[in-house]
Amino acid sequence: MLRYLYADQLHLFPRLAHSMFTDRADQFARRLEWPVNVDENGEERDHYDALNPLYVIWEEPDGRHGGSMRFLPTTGRVMVNEVFPHLLGGGSVVSPLIWECTRFCLAAKAAPRVAAALMLGGGEIMKQFGVRHFVGVFDARMVRIYRMIGSSPEVLGSDGTGREQISVGLWSFSEEARRQVARRANISPQLSRLWFDRSFGAPPVAQHMALA
Amino acid sequence: MVNSDNLDQILGQLERATALEDLFRVVYAIRDVFEIDHAVYHWVDAKGDQYGCGTYSQAWADRYLSRNYIRVDPVIVGCFQRFHPVDWKRLDWSSKTAREFLLDAREHGVGNQGYSIPIRGPNGQFALFTANHTCDDATWAQMQEVNGRDLILVAHYMNRKALEFEPSRTPDTARQLSPREVDAMTLLAMGYSRSQVAESLSISEHTLRVYIESARFKLGALNTTHAVARAIGFGLIVV
Repeated sequence: MLRYLYADQLHLFPRLAHSMFTDRADQFARRLEWPVNVDENGEERDHYDALNPLYVIWEEPDGRHGGSMRFLPTTGRVMVNEVFPHLLGGGSVVSPLIWECTRFCLAAKAAPRVAAALMLGGGEIMKQFGVRHFVGVFDARMVRIYRMIGSSPEVLGSDGTGREQISVGLWSFSEEARRQVARRANISPQLSRLWFDRSFGAPPVAQHMALA
Repeated sequence: MVNSDNLDQILGQLERATALEDLFRVVYAIRDVFEIDHAVYHWVDAKGDQYGCGTYSQAWADRYLSRNYIRVDPVIVGCFQRFHPVDWKRLDWSSKTAREFLLDAREHGVGNQGYSIPIRGPNGQFALFTANHTCDDATWAQMQEVNGRDLILVAHYMNRKALEFEPSRTPDTARQLSPREVDAMTLLAMGYSRSQVAESLSISEHTLRVYIESARFKLGALNTTHAVARAIGFGLIVV
């Protein structure tokens, strides 16, 4: 299932949180060889994790992490403005309607549908919170996976070469993209909404209609 | 749909505000233009000090302070440290103190529906902007659908102005347009269509939309036309 958790809620799901940070170490440090820090617990964390970001996390039936991504609004500190401003032509991108998506991570054994499920979660965030654009930081080799699940980012620019190539791009979630991603994930819109509501509280209207 | 020219005029007033009293006039104007019962801007800093300006009755504002409701208000509790807008019905009103607080609020004229936008400012600054109204759930959902994004922008513009009044503030560089934002706004000001602008800058229309969105926020505007006018007015672009 999908969980939407702010960093200050992760302690409620210690197994999920620990396996997310160790899977991130496995993906970004070991497999992709990005220059990231892995602490003594085998967890990959950076200083954006300390800014209480919102994570969208796929939880496997055993309570472990299957995949995740991290969101912060561009009105605060974000990687695209602090680390990669040159990829956006200099200056900064700032708006409460533009959120940054980073650390898109899949557990080594994650089923193909997990990536699609995460994208579906991204779509819920856009729809429910009025977000218009996601600016993402991702590994260029992930583009193939994104294309496979029907949600390709538009690459704005890339830094580095070979294994260390990091790209900045944009995601959009049109209704059509949403439907395609939902099919890939094999998750009904109703179930997706249920997971969202479980994390963010009762749905504003559906709850009322159910009582009527 | 609210009248965007009226709203732009209010944002112009906000732009020119030089004291906190001016924010009161602005918040009343915002309430009227969105046709809601109440609009409230509420600043809470890391030390727990608070400042508010809103259209709630003075009696309720006084009572909120004297009863120290900030500690039990589910809107504050549920939005603190968050950055997503919240329909009040998604908050946890189940505790006894929360229900009593709600009852007291209702008796003091607070509407049954709320939409609150948390804002994370610099150095632990936190603020909330709330639209409050009395209506049924479907009407309120519709209001958010139509006005949600405008309210999010207005919330941030209010906070940006409030931050300007802080004596210890660091100069705000957020207003600076990036080179591509300057290019985009300049071409739009020259009357180019979006597709022509995108083609001229060798970027996709999707990418262009991101630059326009960002420029619009930096300029304190709600739509592209107003953003272009501001950019010219501030002397940020030359046409």
